[in-house]
Amino acid sequence: MAGESTVDTLEADTVEADTVDIGLVLPDLLGTYGDGGNAEILVRRLQWRGIPARLVPITLDEPLPRSLPLYVLGGGEDDAQELAVRHLTGLAGALARGAMIFAVCAGLQLLGHRFTVTGGRACAGLGLLDVVTVAAPRRAVGEIVVTPRISGLDQPLTGFENHQGHTVLGPDALPLGLVVRGTGNGDGTDGAVQGPIIGTYLHGPTLVRNPQLADLVLARVLGHALPSLDMPAVTALRRHRLHPRHRF
Amino acid sequence: MRTTHHAGPPDAPAAPVDPAADGAPAGIDERTEPAVRLSGWSVRTRVAIHAARLAARLSRAAGRAGGVIGGRVALALDPGVLTELARPRTTVLVTGTNGKTTTTAMVAAALGVLGPVASNRSGANMPDGLVAALADQPSAPYAALEVDEAHLAAVLAVTAPAVVVLLNLSRDQIDRVGEVRRLERALRRALAACPAVTVVANCDDILVSSVAAATGRPVWVSAGAAWRADATACPHCGDVVRDRSGQWWCRCGFARPRPDWIVRRQSVRTPEGLCVPLAAGVPGKANLGNAAMAAAAAVSLGVPLLPALHGIGSIGEVAGRYRLFDHQGRRARLLLAKNPAGWRETLAVITAHDLPVVLVVNGREADGRDLSWLWDVPFDNLVGRSVIVSGECHLDLAARLVYAQVAHTVVPDPLAAIAQLPAGPIDVIANYTAFRDLTRRLNHGR
Repeated sequence: MAGESTVDTLEADTVEADTVDIGLVLPDLLGTYGDGGNAEILVRRLQWRGIPARLVPITLDEPLPRSLPLYVLGGGEDDAQELAVRHLTGLAGALARGAMIFAVCAGLQLLGHRFTVTGGRACAGLGLLDVVTVAAPRRAVGEIVVTPRISGLDQPLTGFENHQGHTVLGPDALPLGLVVRGTGNGDGTDGAVQGPIIGTYLHGPTLVRNPQLADLVLARVLGHALPSLDMPAVTALRRHRLHPRHRF
Repeated sequence: MRTTHHAGPPDAPAAPVDPAADGAPAGIDERTEPAVRLSGWSVRTRVAIHAARLAARLSRAAGRAGGVIGGRVALALDPGVLTELARPRTTVLVTGTNGKTTTTAMVAAALGVLGPVASNRSGANMPDGLVAALADQPSAPYAALEVDEAHLAAVLAVTAPAVVVLLNLSRDQIDRVGEVRRLERALRRALAACPAVTVVANCDDILVSSVAAATGRPVWVSAGAAWRADATACPHCGDVVRDRSGQWWCRCGFARPRPDWIVRRQSVRTPEGLCVPLAAGVPGKANLGNAAMAAAAAVSLGVPLLPALHGIGSIGEVAGRYRLFDHQGRRARLLLAKNPAGWRETLAVITAHDLPVVLVVNGREADGRDLSWLWDVPFDNLVGRSVIVSGECHLDLAARLVYAQVAHTVVPDPLAAIAQLPAGPIDVIANYTAFRDLTRRLNHGR
């Protein structure tokens, strides 16, 4: 399995009672762009603060566990997206039990009512987010910068996008932020936030560049804020990506 | 290297096509130029071939790699030049995500048993590079050409190859090339339209098998597959592809074909049931698979097995890959890795020992601007080693290693990074443009 060796080291040897289980949803299907990194980052950020945490890969070989506090969804190609929807109907039950979901790219799309795959065919999504995704006229590929519009976030979000979806939000969903550079949802906004779900077009391991967003997700899972974590490597990466004229 | 002699602006095709400039610039040894027999070609093609060779020589005289610029000139003069150059030969095309350059060198070495072989040894694998390679050896009756997987469909249509070798397909530079499953569908369509081609395909790779199964009578090689993550969903029906110790199948009936050739540890079993030792001069398990693929291709064209394997085993360094460089007392082994599957394989090669390692990552157009793939690489295998992070994207790589809990230092310039390690052997893994630039600088000693 892809990422197996990476994942293994993240599993605690002994499971303490208060261990936070972070579900990495179908990494074989929804992991086209290194998306498994988001779950890895969340686990590390808890462990480094002394909070026991482990990564729980959720595969097609077993039914979806419904008792995890957080499910992390990545991006994937069309076939993978449809196959994932069939396996993830249990996510509604997990949400009802108080779980939280963080989803990027195709993961965001499949949480909505509908999305469009190659050839223009519309597929039913999980219907957990009040969004509909249709095919955009052209593919959006490149760096994206977003000004967040939800409380708890005041730092710009930086990432990479690669998709051909135009996502339209219904009244129950709010955008994650406004696009400064790039495409996002296609109407000047990016992502969708609805109750315990946060979705964005910033794909792959976007949380490496956006520690504030990572900690917001974790704070919601734990029910309290976390002490800050000083990571000079991440600060330098953010500065470079947000101000690309600073070349080396 | 040739001596540096600056003949006009580098890579500018217009200026050097001046008869006066043909007067053998310093450093060109005329005796190394093969005789050109251009009979049978149109005037236009002949002019294009001559121009290609001239431009390549001038570019080499200017201290550059040469080939591609000549190909570009020839294509501009005669868009049909690739067809003309390929037509009189028996051609093997090699494509796939990883191992193209090495396998092509192996195929060329094995075909060399039959006669002279034209080959794009430098790894220039787009149409201009193919034209340059063929124009450089216009009378060689055989050709072994590596082809960029995104260009295979176009190249197939114009070169009419005898054999196509399909190594593996996995995610690579998705922002430039597109998603790998789209590529699989395009390759399947293109090869299905060429029933005369013998396809030599790795049946351990699900996407490759899907492409090759659409062709007449493929030669199946069990060459191993380290990366399955792009083929969890069946390329035909979208359902789950199941796998039990390498035997994969889907409910729709698509399943692993029975291999004709099987790689087992250090040997290969042939279709006749012979078990023959595989000696690859290049390291790693993947290269044993590449050697078997090359042998199957050569044997399908009539090369006897043992001479083919002998030629294949003689390949020890390919376009700078696996090459040992001395730099200020450090003996650096250069390894190229361009995508998650390639990095995984390369990390497996270097973790056989415990040398210090320099990781060099760039994120230019040719590398893919998106660095997300760094998170598909199991860098935690490097925990406990002496690691230096380098290259234009050292910040992305450093952040990745912090989360993988791999202690490291950051030295953006790769030569400075090498010089900072204690004297002795080290491993250097670099991605595409990082590898290319580093090889150039080491060649020039700066």
